[in-house]
Amino acid sequence: MVELTLPKNSRMVTGKTWPKPAGATNVRKFQIYRWNEEDGKNPSVDTYFVDMDTCGPMILDALIKIKNEIDPTLTFRRSCREGICGSCAMNIGGINTLACIYGMDEVQGDVKIYPLPHMPVVRDLIPDLTHFYAQHASIMPWLETKTNRPAKEWRQSIDDRKKLDGLYECVMCASCSTSCPSYWWNGDRYLGPAALLHAYRWLIDSRDEATGERLDELEDPFKLYRCHTIMNCAKTCPKGLNPAKAIAEIKKMMVTRSV
Amino acid sequence: MSYQTDRSRVSGLGSAKKGTEHWVSQRVSAIALIPLAVLFLYTFIGTLGDGHAAVVAKYAEPIPAIIAVMFILVLFRHLRLGVQVVIEDYISDHTTQLRMLILNMLVWRGVAIVGLFAIAKIAFSA
Repeated sequence: MVELTLPKNSRMVTGKTWPKPAGATNVRKFQIYRWNEEDGKNPSVDTYFVDMDTCGPMILDALIKIKNEIDPTLTFRRSCREGICGSCAMNIGGINTLACIYGMDEVQGDVKIYPLPHMPVVRDLIPDLTHFYAQHASIMPWLETKTNRPAKEWRQSIDDRKKLDGLYECVMCASCSTSCPSYWWNGDRYLGPAALLHAYRWLIDSRDEATGERLDELEDPFKLYRCHTIMNCAKTCPKGLNPAKAIAEIKKMMVTRSV
Repeated sequence: MSYQTDRSRVSGLGSAKKGTEHWVSQRVSAIALIPLAVLFLYTFIGTLGDGHAAVVAKYAEPIPAIIAVMFILVLFRHLRLGVQVVIEDYISDHTTQLRMLILNMLVWRGVAIVGLFAIAKIAFSA
């Protein structure tokens, strides 16, 4: 059911305001979502002040600086710091994106950082993506073949390989799926933009031999047709991909095989 | 407590193997409604202020009556398909959803039949 208000134990309260760095002249204010299972309290928004003169240019730099110098309990995922691992996806200034490739200058005023929307929170900025990953696994994200395995490799022409551009770059950060209202309301059954983009990536792979079975699996009012072309996915994707277009292409394939 | 795996929960009851016809139908009916709505309003507005007898006489003619019939058929089909999506989107309780979907199937068809009957009555009794 649509949830217009947060459940009682999820309502955010004002948290701790951490002291400003001594002697800093160029200070920026960060408001960051905090929650942990252990203390039994409601989530809160803590306020931190970061010295911009000694901080890197990306949002992730500030988070790491806060963790190193101000509050070691602040918890978030990060790894590659260059937008290829997809770990540091979070909601920054109202936009789902990767903290490592989102510039400090892209946010106006105070920087507000929350976990990806409408996901169970493990702790602070870490969402539980178990279901999201299981949905990805369900679309068979691998080459499925029936012909005997060739002696060397499955060959693909340059033109056919080009069809995968704009799809293979997805790093599964979950920014798109968690920005989609349809995924918020029906994420238990709707596969969401990320899984569907991956589904399309295998549907149009010239080497794949399970296109029909893949379409069979997707043809469902909830798995696929919950996409109402809201386009938040394309707008938010930190890699500049267009999952909505991939979903539209899947729908076109559905029509093509039925008429 | 359940030891069901995440993968099993995602698969659920599997694919319903439908949805494409609904999707196509909703779009085709939307396109069809553009000329039909214009034609219907054109014939209907022409009778405004003319009194009961003039309206009856108008819909006794084949063209306005056929336009009205087509408009009602397509309009209520489109409405039913659209409301169905709204119910599926926003009602997550399965029992409530099922009840509302059944209601949705019946109500718009009922309303459409009333409209069609009214036009038939005028067209064939004049």
